[in-house]
Amino acid sequence: MEKTINLTLKVWRQNGPKEKGRFETYQVSNISTDSSFLEMMDILNEQLVGENKEPIAFDHDCREGICGMCSLYINGRPHGPDEDITTCQLHMRKFKDGETVTIEPWRAAAFPIIKDLIVDRTAFDKIIAAGGYVSVNTGGVPDANAIPIARPAAEEAMDAAACIGCGACVAACKNSSAMLFVSAKVSQLALLPQGKVEAKRRAKAMVSKMDELGFGGCTNTGACEVECPKSISIAHISRLNREYLKSRLSE
Amino acid sequence: MSNFLTSSIGKKFLMSISGIFLMMFIIVHLSINLLLIFDDSGDLFNQGAHFMATNPAIKIMEPVLALGFLVHIIWSLIVSFQNLKARPIGYKQLNNSKSSSWASRNMLVLGCLIFVFLVMHIIQFFWKIKVTGDPLLAHVTVGGEEMENTYALVSSLFKASLIYSLIYVLGGILLGLHLAHGFWSAFQTIGFANKIWLKRLQFVGTIFAIVIAIGFSVIPLYFQIKF
Amino acid sequence: MSVFNSKIPEGPLAQKWTNYKDHQKLVNPSNKRKLDVIIVGTGLAGASAAASLGEMGFNVKNFTIQDSPRRAHSIAAQGGINAAKNYPNDGDSVYRLFYDTIKGGDYRAREANVYRLAEVSNSIIDQCVAQGVPFAREYGGLLDNRSFGGAQVSRTFYARGQTGQQLLLGAYQALMRQVNAGSVKMYTRNELVEIVLVEGKARGIITRDLVTGKLERHFGHAVVLATGGYGNTFFLSTNAMGSNGSAAVKAFHKGAMFANPCMAQIHPTCIPVHGEFQSKLTLMSESLRNDGRIWVPAKKEDAEAIRAGKLKPTQIAEEDRDYYLERRYPAFGNLVPRDVASRAAKERCDAGYGVGTGLAVYLDFKSAIDRLGKDVIEARYGNLFQMYEKIVDDNPYETPMMIYPAIHYTMGGIWVDYELQTNIPGLFAAGEANFSDHGANRLGASALMQGLADGYFVLPYTIQNYLADDIRTPRMTTEEKEFVEAEKAVKDRFEKLLSIQGQRSVDSIHKELGLVMWDFVGMGRNAEGLKKAVKRIAEIKKEFWTNVRIPGNKEGMNVELEKASRLADFIEIGALMARDALDREESCGGHFREEYQTGEGEALRQDDKFAYVSCWEYKGEDAEPALHKEELVYEFVEMLQRNYK
Repeated sequence: MEKTINLTLKVWRQNGPKEKGRFETYQVSNISTDSSFLEMMDILNEQLVGENKEPIAFDHDCREGICGMCSLYINGRPHGPDEDITTCQLHMRKFKDGETVTIEPWRAAAFPIIKDLIVDRTAFDKIIAAGGYVSVNTGGVPDANAIPIARPAAEEAMDAAACIGCGACVAACKNSSAMLFVSAKVSQLALLPQGKVEAKRRAKAMVSKMDELGFGGCTNTGACEVECPKSISIAHISRLNREYLKSRLSE
Repeated sequence: MSNFLTSSIGKKFLMSISGIFLMMFIIVHLSINLLLIFDDSGDLFNQGAHFMATNPAIKIMEPVLALGFLVHIIWSLIVSFQNLKARPIGYKQLNNSKSSSWASRNMLVLGCLIFVFLVMHIIQFFWKIKVTGDPLLAHVTVGGEEMENTYALVSSLFKASLIYSLIYVLGGILLGLHLAHGFWSAFQTIGFANKIWLKRLQFVGTIFAIVIAIGFSVIPLYFQIKF
Repeated sequence: MSVFNSKIPEGPLAQKWTNYKDHQKLVNPSNKRKLDVIIVGTGLAGASAAASLGEMGFNVKNFTIQDSPRRAHSIAAQGGINAAKNYPNDGDSVYRLFYDTIKGGDYRAREANVYRLAEVSNSIIDQCVAQGVPFAREYGGLLDNRSFGGAQVSRTFYARGQTGQQLLLGAYQALMRQVNAGSVKMYTRNELVEIVLVEGKARGIITRDLVTGKLERHFGHAVVLATGGYGNTFFLSTNAMGSNGSAAVKAFHKGAMFANPCMAQIHPTCIPVHGEFQSKLTLMSESLRNDGRIWVPAKKEDAEAIRAGKLKPTQIAEEDRDYYLERRYPAFGNLVPRDVASRAAKERCDAGYGVGTGLAVYLDFKSAIDRLGKDVIEARYGNLFQMYEKIVDDNPYETPMMIYPAIHYTMGGIWVDYELQTNIPGLFAAGEANFSDHGANRLGASALMQGLADGYFVLPYTIQNYLADDIRTPRMTTEEKEFVEAEKAVKDRFEKLLSIQGQRSVDSIHKELGLVMWDFVGMGRNAEGLKKAVKRIAEIKKEFWTNVRIPGNKEGMNVELEKASRLADFIEIGALMARDALDREESCGGHFREEYQTGEGEALRQDDKFAYVSCWEYKGEDAEPALHKEELVYEFVEMLQRNYK
């Protein structure tokens, strides 16, 4: 049933990429526990606009947990204190009246801050551009049913493909490693006959791009899997390791 | 190959391979050590130690083992340093106990403590046996063969000092914690895991860590309690 | 008569596209490199077009407002994509997919376009599989299909409840491959703010870099708008927060026709509104209607008791439930098209049988769980159930879901001919941004099909036909006066917005607009309400331009400024929608005029008067837009009253 709560928010504010940031404290009151976390942020922003202050910039778009744009580090956890969801799906019923909530951006050298809570995740696009695809042009492909794919393989590929590219894995990892993200794509495509053809080339190219962009290495803490809103398994990281080693050892 | 070893996965591969090698050493080491508590005359252990000291295969393995340690230690520092660089500004509030184990986040800390322990351990035993010698090591004859009395060196330390005994127990526990994460992590890194095997390896790793920790701890405790 | 040519090729229906391709003009490889194509948007249509044109060798510039092309709202499509593969051997064919789409669209789409769509649908599935899209499969390793609203065959391919995501990622990856190859240059966090015409042809765009606030000029031999729909005019919709109709408005202001603006689709299965703070509505996939049964209490007193919290839905006996879709439409049951299902829900709620806040009906899985087991239902809809539970805090395995219709998709859009070209030469529109293929109502799983058809298999042909005449046009410098003037106009507009410094936030005005739209231009429309809407929207426009408050300045990132600029355009669209709805004195598909219904409350078309596409031409800031009509001539199918009974 609906009830309302009051909160103190400590929010990271930073005017631009090169500027120095700081935490600012805000009060919000009468927040319905049925509202979403981002709706609470909307209310705070309305409040700020009313005071003729610049609202807090944060990334968000679909607000249904699939676009991967929202990216807040709330009370020490990416996407906040609930399991298997993105920030936009987090609801205020997960917070207690009077609680202080700390909101930070993703922190990683490879994800520089653009403004306030918005970070630049172009690095992910660069990794995909390095090899996260099957090299086929439009047209001239065989019939969709020409190659049967075992259902378990297709299902596991889908598990990996569910990645929304939000970067929570990087944010959660103590090393800011992008291994879960990279492994999800490498694993998905390595599991499918269509992707197997260039599996070696792909693993090598994507890992080398990942390293180049300043992500840390994987130390298998498993934090990424727990904080991943789509629960992508670190078993895919093992497959990536395997694919990479196969690729490098066959050189 | 050169840039393989500098790639993030390549570096981890070295950590993994050297780690697996060190784990094998640990198993052998523990097996020999456990002889300490199965024969209070010390003959069994002395024979074991003598075999380890004189066996040509082991002689070859000794420098390899040193190399294994060296690689594991140096690369751990390189990996840790680079991982630190990947997050120049940290979080103000961190709540990561839900998402990962303490051991997995503190492998470097555990490794450093184990290293300190290792130095002490080497000074106390290995160094004396191999280099400086010690009155306690006076030769004994077991089964018609003359050998150093390593049993006397080890057992007298544990019998005499409660502090050292406790430090050795602590060392065992630290090693156990290191392995609780290290065991399955090593297999994960070389790609030997999938959805099913991941869980199995984690389970076996936990058992392995417990066995190692208890195995090494039980020896000083045995001497403390019994003598 | 139409004032413009829709360029439908000659010949029998099934031959038109082949004829077109056989006789179109081509551009040779060495010339392709010299031709720049601007594509705005990276959704299914934009990304697939950019990737395909890049592969062909054109020099492509691709723009998106998001931080990555993968964020486009196509990603949120859940249910699936239609194709006439007939893998299940249940009687499907290209003709049948064509026919279902025409009929589902209530006979307000162009035959030739829709036939082409059905024709290329199979190639889309082949293409996606080759890209590594992990569609659902049977144990034998072959592709699985499911059924969807408005069809009696199973022709929908799907990847769990994330089909849009998987298809978009396929296109995105193909796009990134071209970025890597250098044939596509990607501009992220860049918003189109003006279209530049030179000698009557589209020759470029002005964009605003959303990070730095800088205005930039870009030249292209052709410009493609693949910017999605304008559902967010209603403020609350299933669209993403950033989805907007601004590109369409820029095109409209430059002389492109805006076609059928009133045709917006209301999706029947969304999570109901629960408070005024709400920012968006969440869609629950139409696929849920495969196994879920929709009902309200049959007795008013039960509905009242439920609303008061005195009764739970599980306490209502089977005989006291009204499965109104199954009752009214026995042949299609819960799988009637979206417009029909939405109106039926509204009818029950208006009659006082609604649950929840009164504006909700139940979607119940109990009988499916009893029949198939919880595991099967979880495998099919697990992620949707989880999403529902996270939002509503209620377990749909145990209590029925509550759903209500919400704005979802806009069939209307920029007018295009058979080649997807607008009436401005060189300006193309693809995907939801154009008006073409869905008529007055889109069938489920057809948006993905259309977006990808346009991008992979239509534009790469038709744009060549246009560019073949342009091979001697050298790249223009953006110092030309048309570019300079366009940039100046944009700069003035932003300065004007920032100078208002009134009292009201952008969102508060947007919410006001949304309420007017929902009340008067929503599911049920009538002349009186629409006239009121026209008046109210004019007032809102005035309020906006005199009383909006935008903090910050135009340098650097300014989210409020972005939103304000988009809202100004939504207000234009809202006015156009109301005007168009008022003009169209009939009910068809998603456009339901209460004055025109059968005795049983079904939509009543007026084919003798309104079998046309309404094309609105901009006549200036204070002038009324002019209406042109593209007559819809049905040569191959007969226009019938839709019947899902």
